Amino acid sequence: MFMHIDTTPLLPDSLSYLLKLLDRFSTSNKSLTGTLYLTATHLLFIDAHQKETWILHHHIASVEKLALTTSGCPLVIQCKNFRTVHFIVPRERDCHDIYNSLLQLSKQAKYEDLYAFSYNPKQNDAERLRGWELIDLAEEYKRMGVPNSNWQLSDANRDYKICETYPRELYVPRIASKPIIVGSSKFRSKGRFPVLSYYHQSKEAAICRCSQPLSGFSARCLEDEHLLQAISKANPANRYMYVMDTRPRHRVQSWWATQKDIGRIIVRISSKIWNDEKIRESDEKKRLNAMANRAAGKGYENEDNYSNIRFQFVGIENIHVMRSINGTKGLSVNDFYSGLESSGWLRHIKAVMDAAIFLAKAIEAESASVLVHCSDGWDRTSQVCSLGSLLLDPYYRTIRGFMVLIEKDWISFGHKFSERCGHLDGDPKEVSPVFTQFLECVWHLTEQFPQAFEFNEAFLLQIHEHIHSCQFGNFIGNCQKEREELKLKEKTYSLWPFLLDDQKKYLNPLYGSQSQKSAVLEPNTVSFNFKFWRNMYHQFDRTLHPRQSVFNIIMNMNEQNKQLEKDIKDLESQTDGILSKELLNSVRPESPALKATLSLKEQALLPVNDVLRTIEGSSPADNRYSEYADEFSKAEPAVVSLEYGVARMTC
Amino acid sequence: MEFAELIRTGQAQAELLRGPEEPPLRGTLCITGHHLLLSPGPQATPDLWLLLLRNVDSIEKRVAGDSGTITLRCKDLRVLQLDIEGVEATLDIARSIEALSSLESVITSFPFFYRPKGLRLGDAWHFHPPECYYKRVARETNAWRLSEANEDFSLCPSYPRAVIVPRAVDDSALARSARFRQGGRFPVLSYYHAPSGTVLLRAGQPLTGPQKRRCSEDEDLLRAVLAGARPGARGFIVDTRSPQAAKQARMTGGGTEAKAAYPGWKRLHRLLETGRPLQESFVRLVEACGDLEQSMDRWLNRLESCRWLSHVKETLSTACLAAQSMEQEGACVLVHGAEGTDSTLLITSLAQLILDPLSRTMAGFQELIEREWVQAGHPFQLRCAHSAFSHARPKHEAPTFLLFLDCVWQLGRQFPLSLEFGEGMLLALFDHAYASPFGTFLCNNEKERCLCEVRTRTHSLWSGLSQPKEQRKLRNPLYVPNPLAIWPSAEPQSLRLWQGLFLRGTRPPEPSEVAWEKVWQIVTDQEKTEGSQPTDSASEAGP
Repeated sequence: MFMHIDTTPLLPDSLSYLLKLLDRFSTSNKSLTGTLYLTATHLLFIDAHQKETWILHHHIASVEKLALTTSGCPLVIQCKNFRTVHFIVPRERDCHDIYNSLLQLSKQAKYEDLYAFSYNPKQNDAERLRGWELIDLAEEYKRMGVPNSNWQLSDANRDYKICETYPRELYVPRIASKPIIVGSSKFRSKGRFPVLSYYHQSKEAAICRCSQPLSGFSARCLEDEHLLQAISKANPANRYMYVMDTRPRHRVQSWWATQKDIGRIIVRISSKIWNDEKIRESDEKKRLNAMANRAAGKGYENEDNYSNIRFQFVGIENIHVMRSINGTKGLSVNDFYSGLESSGWLRHIKAVMDAAIFLAKAIEAESASVLVHCSDGWDRTSQVCSLGSLLLDPYYRTIRGFMVLIEKDWISFGHKFSERCGHLDGDPKEVSPVFTQFLECVWHLTEQFPQAFEFNEAFLLQIHEHIHSCQFGNFIGNCQKEREELKLKEKTYSLWPFLLDDQKKYLNPLYGSQSQKSAVLEPNTVSFNFKFWRNMYHQFDRTLHPRQSVFNIIMNMNEQNKQLEKDIKDLESQTDGILSKELLNSVRPESPALKATLSLKEQALLPVNDVLRTIEGSSPADNRYSEYADEFSKAEPAVVSLEYGVARMTC
Repeated sequence: MEFAELIRTGQAQAELLRGPEEPPLRGTLCITGHHLLLSPGPQATPDLWLLLLRNVDSIEKRVAGDSGTITLRCKDLRVLQLDIEGVEATLDIARSIEALSSLESVITSFPFFYRPKGLRLGDAWHFHPPECYYKRVARETNAWRLSEANEDFSLCPSYPRAVIVPRAVDDSALARSARFRQGGRFPVLSYYHAPSGTVLLRAGQPLTGPQKRRCSEDEDLLRAVLAGARPGARGFIVDTRSPQAAKQARMTGGGTEAKAAYPGWKRLHRLLETGRPLQESFVRLVEACGDLEQSMDRWLNRLESCRWLSHVKETLSTACLAAQSMEQEGACVLVHGAEGTDSTLLITSLAQLILDPLSRTMAGFQELIEREWVQAGHPFQLRCAHSAFSHARPKHEAPTFLLFLDCVWQLGRQFPLSLEFGEGMLLALFDHAYASPFGTFLCNNEKERCLCEVRTRTHSLWSGLSQPKEQRKLRNPLYVPNPLAIWPSAEPQSLRLWQGLFLRGTRPPEPSEVAWEKVWQIVTDQEKTEGSQPTDSASEAGP
């Protein structure tokens, strides 16, 4: 992490308390005694070994005081990056003070109080500006191949007049005139009319996105129909297009039933996509059916396909619930899997993935354009569009490309980061891990295609860290308009240049097999392939992780190989030079210059592996089974397990 | 018996489907005494396809029109489909396979006929006798001796001829202790942990019975163990049954060590299920893994309810408990369940992997399996008679050895650099335990192996595996010797389903195999570049 420490001044009046930190997963009776400091931005715990634990106030999701025990008052802090810390404060008054301070510090009422506005990484204004210009979306659309003869840049939303939550620059079909756009926007929720999200140059097909049609309004909107027709006409390769409605069934209005007129053009695939119960067997059949219907000149209509899954606002609590089951007693395997099942989390991940695969197939196999929408078109729509593009376009699987993808489909199209991540004290019902789900989908792809991504897991974790940290301006605010009003580009820094500077840490050493690098990814979504993302949800529970990292080693070897090869080349060129010189001058064969280079190289060689290859044989005390060891020294195991809880608190 | 009697038809035209990714194979199908052969015809490039009939776990035939289909489910969890021309031929072939694959005679099995090129009979059989291990122990301590009291297998039929016992105990005492333990399995040394000077022992349950019998020689033996370790040493008896089950065993003549009779020893109970529950768990897991259509919830539900990962967790944490007692508490550990041939071996072998760096090398791991499984009398023939697909009512089958391999796999995932062997080795061991052309896993114990002359008439698996062409499959390219104990996490979040094994029949070869290829390439690149350095420095040298 490239954050804090030297940039965070301890407040002169910062509070400090002597207390103990417990580790949830190591049940060794040892707790760490140390001092807790509260600064303006961080909570800092320094233990007896001078080891520092920093926790950003913005990361704190909840603070909880537990019942008083003999040794003091337990305080449990849950963080948005899935860290859980358990302090024991000897004095109840102190605990109460800490509790209240943390409650205040972790919930900000105004954007201006967020860390990003005070964070100063010692860059000057020019550097800051360059940082913000690093990712240029206009450049990105150019890369995709728009504007072109079918798609153009529309200035309709230049002043955020039509849609406040869209960016200023939008790409629409060339034949869609401004009145059509304006008319369509009035018909769509929040004015989010259909616009281009991704253009597939070789297939000439597009991924478009919008929000749901307004109900209660006049049942039809000619402009909107025109706009959809324009999108389908903008694809010379295939006039048919798919409309993917990703809403759960109960939210769907009867609007589509009236759209028989354009049914000829629009083949609608309903939110069957979200019904993962039957998706596997039906997906292929459905598509065949749809094509057959199309051949017969009929639209594909089936209202019964909407499933009942409530998608949008489930999840994170469940994950928290699963984690908090974990008291002192170890979680049994059965609890773990039934918890995983009842949270429904993996089911949603699979549903998002299935939808994205469908989208990618429509474009890849049929060259058909796809219009994606959910209710407001900023949550599930963002997930499906971005994941679909990721499957189709290898560029998005590079470090820079992934930044572009997030900047385009999430930030610029108005995913409400501040509300979904709970940056400010607001409506807790708006908080939802939509973006985390997207990251997890990407992680699953990296697991299935270990050579297809330039970045590694650490990159995803770091991005997740910063959507909550509010340390950089990128994820603050809910849409571009709001960000401009906050003057984020003048007052805060962009995350991306810092990630790029640290690129080495985020590289996937296995990246680069041609077959996976350039191909359209076709992940397999059989249930077995979805696993619990331990490195995300237990990223701070060190004892649960593998003790040795294959990734680091390979990365290191790779680097070392490159270095060695370079050295050999250098040496060869030098020896060549020297040899020819020798021949010319006929000096002694043993050149001191050559010797010097050799010994230099040796030095360069030595330290490379030392750090990473250090063996981490962990201590058994780190692991849960050590609690059995306590039984050894006691007489009656049955009683000891009761005493045990107390014992832990008192020492 | 003549195999010819069982072969009803010589050959037929058939098409073979092997899996989602591999192309079908068409050609002439032949049955021999031990194999099913498919010869693709002269123009085709792939050579003969061959399946050991012993590998067939269940067979299913279907006839339609004038052709038939046979589905073979193999013990190594692969599923094959044969489409055969002609109804008669299909039925004949199916019946032949059924008859030949269920032959129980050991000496007519394939290892007695297998004579591969480049291997000599008798090679590698002498690699890992107990004498070798005793030499290692003797270098460290004088408290133990090699006893040949079991020379003629009269004390214990499931022990090898030579066992390591406390020096202070003579052979006649051993004989009496043997009578007091189930199956004659008196306490013997399994592992000597040099850093702490403690030992790991294994045995069968004591035959205390309802009268709470005692045996002073057995008590002396365990007292001698503590005395030999260091003055005042303590010991733990890890019983792999629940306290209730241990108590109940008294009714049938078994039981546990009475506290008063064994001063210095303390009993710990850790329930590890073996036998039928374990086999059922295995069958249900494989069943769940075969269903590609199930929803997420259903899959998680089945994964949970088959309890396989619970078994893995319990096994790992019990092994860690034993290892920890030795390393941290400086205590000696005796492990036994009822017979001492299943869960006992699981714990002793895993504890050694955790503690002993040598057992994590290729040679050391083979030695460990030979010593702690094959020669320690795990009844492979009974336990591995059927795998997960068999419809036969399970009698003695249990995937204990598979559970061991799974735990090792979990260790390997948590310490990817510390094991010299890779997943390929574990898969190979699984395959060979259930059906093999080699003799290593034949029979149930040393006595039977001697009677069948396995050592002189078959090849050892270890010589098969030591052939250079096998190495790349079996080795871990990233191995770095690690002198420390490796303590795995046994939390459910840290355990994973062993997809490489359980999903091998249902999924195409993983892209990660391609990734491993790349890892190999990087490692060999590294060796090459380093080799070509003028002064090969010590950058590679591990501790």
